[in-house]
Amino acid sequence: MTTKLIQGYEVVIGFETHAQLSTQSKIFSRAATAFGAEPNTQACAVDLALPGTLPVMNRGAVERAIEFGLAVNATIAPRSVFARKNYFYPDLPKGYQISQFEIPVVQGGSVEFLLGEEKKSVRLVRAHLEEDAGKSLHEDFVGQSGIDLNRAGTPLLEIVTEPDMRSSDEAVAYAKELHKIVTWIGICDGNMQEGSFRCDANVSVRRPGAPLGTRREIKNLNSFKFMQQAIDFEIRWQIEQIEDGHAIQQATVLFDPDTGETRAMRTKEDAADYRYFPDPDLPPLVIAPDWVERVRSEMAELPRVMAARFVADYGLPEYDATTLTQSKAMAAYFEATAKASGQPKLASNWVMGEVSRRLNAQDIGIGAAPVGPAQLAALIARIADDTVSNNAARQVFDALWSGDASDVDAVIEAKGLKQMNDSGALEKIIDDIIAANPDNVAQFKAGKDKAFNALVGQAMKATKGKGNPQQVSELLRKKLQ
Amino acid sequence: MSLTLPDIERIASLARLELPMAHRERLLGQINGFFDIVEQMRAVDTSGIEPLAHPVAAIQEVALRLREDQVSEPDQREANQRSAPAVERGLFLVPKVIE
Amino acid sequence: MSDALHDLGVARIAAKLRAREVSAVEAAQHFLLRMKAHDALGAFLATDEDVTLEQARAADRRIAAGDTAALLGVPIAHKDIFVTKDFASTAGSKMLAGYRSPFDATVVARLGPGVPGGAPGAGAVTLGKLNCDEFAMGSSNENSAFAPVRNPWDASRIPGGSSGGSAVAVAARLAPAVTGTDTGGSIRQPASFCGITGIKPTYGRASRYGMIAFASSLDQAGPMARSAEDCALLLSAMCGPDADRDSTSLDMPAEDFSRSLNDLVEGLRIGIPKEFFGEGLSADVRAAVDGALKQYEKLGAKLVPISLPRTELSIPVYYIIAPAEASSNLSRFDGVKFGHRAKDFIDPASKLSALEQMYRRTRAEGFGDEVQRRIMIGTYVLSHGYYDAYYLQAQKIRRMIADDFQQAFKVCDVIAGPVAPTVAWKMGEHGNDPLADYLADIFTLPASLAGLPGMSVPAGFGEGGMPVGLQLIGNYFQESRLLNAAHRLQQATDFHLRAPEGVL
Repeated sequence: MTTKLIQGYEVVIGFETHAQLSTQSKIFSRAATAFGAEPNTQACAVDLALPGTLPVMNRGAVERAIEFGLAVNATIAPRSVFARKNYFYPDLPKGYQISQFEIPVVQGGSVEFLLGEEKKSVRLVRAHLEEDAGKSLHEDFVGQSGIDLNRAGTPLLEIVTEPDMRSSDEAVAYAKELHKIVTWIGICDGNMQEGSFRCDANVSVRRPGAPLGTRREIKNLNSFKFMQQAIDFEIRWQIEQIEDGHAIQQATVLFDPDTGETRAMRTKEDAADYRYFPDPDLPPLVIAPDWVERVRSEMAELPRVMAARFVADYGLPEYDATTLTQSKAMAAYFEATAKASGQPKLASNWVMGEVSRRLNAQDIGIGAAPVGPAQLAALIARIADDTVSNNAARQVFDALWSGDASDVDAVIEAKGLKQMNDSGALEKIIDDIIAANPDNVAQFKAGKDKAFNALVGQAMKATKGKGNPQQVSELLRKKLQ
Repeated sequence: MSLTLPDIERIASLARLELPMAHRERLLGQINGFFDIVEQMRAVDTSGIEPLAHPVAAIQEVALRLREDQVSEPDQREANQRSAPAVERGLFLVPKVIE
Repeated sequence: MSDALHDLGVARIAAKLRAREVSAVEAAQHFLLRMKAHDALGAFLATDEDVTLEQARAADRRIAAGDTAALLGVPIAHKDIFVTKDFASTAGSKMLAGYRSPFDATVVARLGPGVPGGAPGAGAVTLGKLNCDEFAMGSSNENSAFAPVRNPWDASRIPGGSSGGSAVAVAARLAPAVTGTDTGGSIRQPASFCGITGIKPTYGRASRYGMIAFASSLDQAGPMARSAEDCALLLSAMCGPDADRDSTSLDMPAEDFSRSLNDLVEGLRIGIPKEFFGEGLSADVRAAVDGALKQYEKLGAKLVPISLPRTELSIPVYYIIAPAEASSNLSRFDGVKFGHRAKDFIDPASKLSALEQMYRRTRAEGFGDEVQRRIMIGTYVLSHGYYDAYYLQAQKIRRMIADDFQQAFKVCDVIAGPVAPTVAWKMGEHGNDPLADYLADIFTLPASLAGLPGMSVPAGFGEGGMPVGLQLIGNYFQESRLLNAAHRLQQATDFHLRAPEGVL
């Protein structure tokens, strides 16, 4: 695999993603995690770190971490340890964040995806459980900030990759695949606007074969579009710096969607020294093998497994299978259509084509599609048995989609879209055409193919488009021998 | 080993403690005095010894107890903020946080 | 011993209440009066007659309804390290002056009305909150931000610490029993210095929820009273798992620690660690301790020589681990959510942001010298490049110390020795030398590091007529055996019944 260079530089990207776990209650307290409540109404004594409070671990968060580990073929640590990351910040109530440091719950694993036609695999270093911090609001408090701790204590799974990505396209493709996995298995709602899925990208550039360059970390990329823009800008910026003879300083940067640029964050007063140590309030997290097995047995079929099955069982091309497994709903829609119609490839073409196109145009999810798998299957069956041509089928589909009709055969009847497959009737029409067009016939016999096409056209016209073009030209040739 | 004033200043900064000069020097002396008795500890051979976090783990495994994922904390903002230094519209106020 | 209410102790007061010979309100009023009369001792930081009497009335209603909860109506008081809804909770620190907790500590709730939504509690009535060293850091109570506490046996001496107010309240008969907390000896040492009985249970027996944290892996709550019998009554109500609130509390069912008080100690093997009887031990204390041990031999117990070879190491190990955990536990005191915030903190000359200046000034103003010292030590030993050499090394030696005890318990049932090398010293005697205080903890630290139950039992008197305590250390979960041994000694001696002059 050759990595494409930019101005002779190789791009190296690693990701740290914070996925908010979809639990009801917080990771160490029994307060709600729901988004958007009034400030500090969902911050209980434990979340506020009131004197005397202590953390108690949420089983649901651990279970979700196990599900993720299994989804990416990682090792589930039989024993992992919570540690304190000590630093002062107003949105960090205890003055330390409870996280996992030396021994995370999920170790290794990888995320596979297609970049265009190319198969890619990004290795994961780890995924660990930790608590989210609160929020600082800087607006409308003269010279002061307001602190809302509702989000403090929301369970996070921080997913860390190796620096395996070599372009912004690959980075975005990875992020989309990871997003698909966590939403597919339902451990995260994936809402990027609300910050449920936040990506930090570590970007550096180097001459091929040179040691890793100094990286800059782009924080809180909360849309795939910005992700691409931010990384592309950062790459260009770093290359310019180096070309101008400046060394890259390690830094944390933020992306400004308005300017399309990244800017370094204000550096802290003192070099970060987090004084990690095992949290004495929390004994080690022990996960017995039978728990892992139970979770495994209850897990839904994963996208890549389902895609493989589509290739094996339905003979779909890899590309189709991957596309159809972008979401659980689409995969289910396809499979229902394929089963009901007995025409997997046609079903795939229609779901990836007409159906997707219309969904995108109207910006609605497949769940809201006005045409269900049963109807689409019925239509596909009519294509398969030559009742209608593809063009005619499209007209039928329009009618179904717009809601003007619901029964496929009724539409075909009403619009008279049936193909004329009765050769007797056709022969009659063709005889008439031949009789009516002596010159064309003569020209054809003289070897002018265009004349033949003209005759076919006339014949089709005469059948009002219901004739099967192939059948028409065959009969015509026979008669003109 | 013995600490220096710059060490004291670095630690005080990490710990967010404002130390008047005189206080720093007194602390330096006291802390260095303390680390003299710590030396004997550093000499102990602990190779192969597991650290002991929860004392009772010395005789039996102590594993983390897990809680069911249920919400049972009502909104107690008023009681929780009763002793807050500065609150406005339910938010804790602090000197501006600059990023 | 007089028959005055304040002289009876928990068991007999509880009996009188059940027999309706006295009402909870009368009992509370009796002690409230004594508290006023002796407030010069500085034992209490917070009192509120209305709250106390309301609780007493509630207890009387329960009694009238035939409720027979163990401590129903018995007046007690809590170390101010426990948070309480109805009294300010300060941990003896300016940082928390006037702080109001929205909830009661689990231990407070269990001894009193019961945990919200849980089983009804033992029904004790709260007289107030007791003075202590700031955030429980100290062994003289001179680190209280509010007032010094005086030893009722000699007002010029310290009561010990950090549960000094607790020990004084019991010794001066201002409360029949109280709660304390023990991290490195904070129940046992003041109990010894004030001539009362106190027990620290196995780490994890009593919930830490609502105990303002000093050193998470060491802090443990326990009762302090005049007799082992009274301690057993409170301890039975205090212990038991707190699954919803404290992950370090063990799944050990609550237990009736009174049941085996009267077992014979005949044949009991008492281990005598030679390291506890070295030249560091003053003669007067040694004499009293030896006397108590002789008493045990008379009762048929056997003294077995043992060794706890790392006793001396326990000082550096403890003074690394405890400050490290404290430095992190005390980070939440930042002037943002609760407690003290500096009024003026902006120095125009400073390069720091206003927020950073607020943090630094607030913490410098709110924490006293000893607390700041320990935060500094703890921050340093956890900082980059030093963690392995200090905190990790200390946690490893901690396991060796725990293993030493397991070796010892192969040949003995309980371990006995002095609680402290001397009797209570004079106020200000250790002056500006924190090390002197640290070194005086040598005999209580080993059991703390190992998380073992330990207690102090009055064993006689030493220099200046000051009380001396005998320390008993048991194996994990052997609290009843300790209480039984202590009770038997108290059946044969009257040291625990002696009262300082001027308090009766």
